[in-house]
Amino acid sequence: MILPILNSEITFLQFLPFDLPEPLISIIFLLIGASIIAVVASVLALVGVYLERKISAHMQDRLGPMEVGPHGIAQTFADAIKLLIKEDIVPQDADKLLHFIAPVMVFAATLAAFAVLPFSKTLVVSDLNIGLLYIIAISSFVVIGAILAGWASNNKWSLLGGMRSAAQIVSFEIPASLAVLSVIMIVGSMNLGDIVEYQKGGFFNWIIFKYFPFNFIAFIIYFIASLAEVNRAPFDLPEAESELIAGFHTEYSGMKWAMFFLAEYANMFLVGVVASTLFLGGWSSPFGDFLNSGPFPVFWIFIKSFSLIFVQIWIRWTLPRVRVDQLMYVSWKVLTPFAFVAILGVGIWMVL
Amino acid sequence: MLAVGLNHYLILSAILFCLGLFSVVTKKNAVTVLMGVELILNAANINFIAFAKYVDNDLDGQMIALFVIVTAAAAAAVALAIVLNIYQRLKSINLDEADSLAG
Amino acid sequence: MNITLFDTIFYLLAFLTLGSAAIMVFSKNVIYSAVGLLFTFFGVAGIYVLLAADFVAVVQVLVYVGGILILLLFGVMLSNKITNIEITTETLHFLPASLVVIGIFVVLYRVFITTDWNPVGSYNFDPTTHEIGTLLMTDYLIPFEIASILLLGALIGAAYIARKD
Repeated sequence: MILPILNSEITFLQFLPFDLPEPLISIIFLLIGASIIAVVASVLALVGVYLERKISAHMQDRLGPMEVGPHGIAQTFADAIKLLIKEDIVPQDADKLLHFIAPVMVFAATLAAFAVLPFSKTLVVSDLNIGLLYIIAISSFVVIGAILAGWASNNKWSLLGGMRSAAQIVSFEIPASLAVLSVIMIVGSMNLGDIVEYQKGGFFNWIIFKYFPFNFIAFIIYFIASLAEVNRAPFDLPEAESELIAGFHTEYSGMKWAMFFLAEYANMFLVGVVASTLFLGGWSSPFGDFLNSGPFPVFWIFIKSFSLIFVQIWIRWTLPRVRVDQLMYVSWKVLTPFAFVAILGVGIWMVL
Repeated sequence: MLAVGLNHYLILSAILFCLGLFSVVTKKNAVTVLMGVELILNAANINFIAFAKYVDNDLDGQMIALFVIVTAAAAAAVALAIVLNIYQRLKSINLDEADSLAG
Repeated sequence: MNITLFDTIFYLLAFLTLGSAAIMVFSKNVIYSAVGLLFTFFGVAGIYVLLAADFVAVVQVLVYVGGILILLLFGVMLSNKITNIEITTETLHFLPASLVVIGIFVVLYRVFITTDWNPVGSYNFDPTTHEIGTLLMTDYLIPFEIASILLLGALIGAAYIARKD
């Protein structure tokens, strides 16, 4: 089960007129899977960008982008093309190699986490038995990428942004992981598919309503911590434009900047899917067996995660940014103790 | 010879161990020395897990590897705290300058 | 000659691990050393997956990349004048150290090649997480508790040593 692709019969690519050696076929197979993830994640990120601009505009009584396509729906694609053909500027005193590696690392880590997300019973690229732990682990590459980007730019604002980003993500990983732990305790598995199977059969089976109110607290903690982990307002200190210009990506332009940007929105979608998989039933229908086959699982997971993304955007355009000391106060003195309370409550309740 | 067996993992870990040892012995910077120590611990872990797989065929080696990782984390935290303290006092983290107890 | 996919992946991972470890050791720039170490940890995690240790592999990435490497990077940046992008380290005793290290490698190589390790065991990719959890609560309960006390001690000790007095 760890390496299903290694063991499975690969009949794919057999239609070619010439024989490829077996390792090469498998590697091509892996590369095709990886490219599918990359394309899907990038398109989702573009949709996220469009939603952010439209929702923020309507919240502020504006219209937002209207020019390209009906209701500006092609605006983000136009922006993507613009960024692709933009000049890539590297500061003269920057560390050229690390300046290049950092955005690639952030983007690649985000895409790697997508590999274990279940979009339906069968639509999952790699059904890893420790999927949840894998997502938490692979996210730490984002931190390293942020620090390296800040350092390689040779700019004090960038460096401060990178350090802030690292400190913030490391601090909020603790309440996020603790909140996730109560779900693992209830289901007894870290496989995201198993977690969804456990919650099948309607919304009253969702983990958020089990052992009330402990799992509800865990969900709120996970949501707040994930806001901080993807550097969203009110926790967007690493890129606070009024103090740090743009934080660790101040010195980036063109495609490299687009990688940071896409990674941020892909990360928003990632935490949305993870939160809805863990607490809101994932791809299972909220009404039992009603509309729970065919393409509907994908529909449900998208509805759930885009609702969470809407809340993220809503919070961003409503709340002001917190200070650094308030940020650390929230993580260490509020979220972490309450996460422990949630674990303890669920554990005692399960034993009783 | 090309088919991977136990010896391949052992030789890989031996090379990793030697690189780590070289880093520990030659580097002046305390942080780089610490990185060398981490390389040595990783080499030991590869050996533990390889033997658990090929010789014992149970999980004891993996458990030891987990405890090694835990200990390495604790060691890194304390060592870096010491490095920062040395830097505050001496304004340098070159290990050959931190010799005030030497005669 | 028949190289399977498994062997190919092993050689790729071994190349990644040793190449980045060499960058870590021979680079003059400490940040480059840290990046080399990052890819070494990643390669070693891949080796663990090949050895059917999936849980240990993920813990390796989680603790080493997400914890120790970030600590090391903070250590580098807090202990240098980082306004200058050149953070270098010097080496000393290059020649004697190389001789000793090569000697140790030759000894290790001889031992590994000549010893008969009696390899047994069939190759299976069973998930290990469940059994590791059971073992932690039964056979390894005392080491587990001692490890938690060790971590608590390290936490308090590190905070005490690093504070400004």
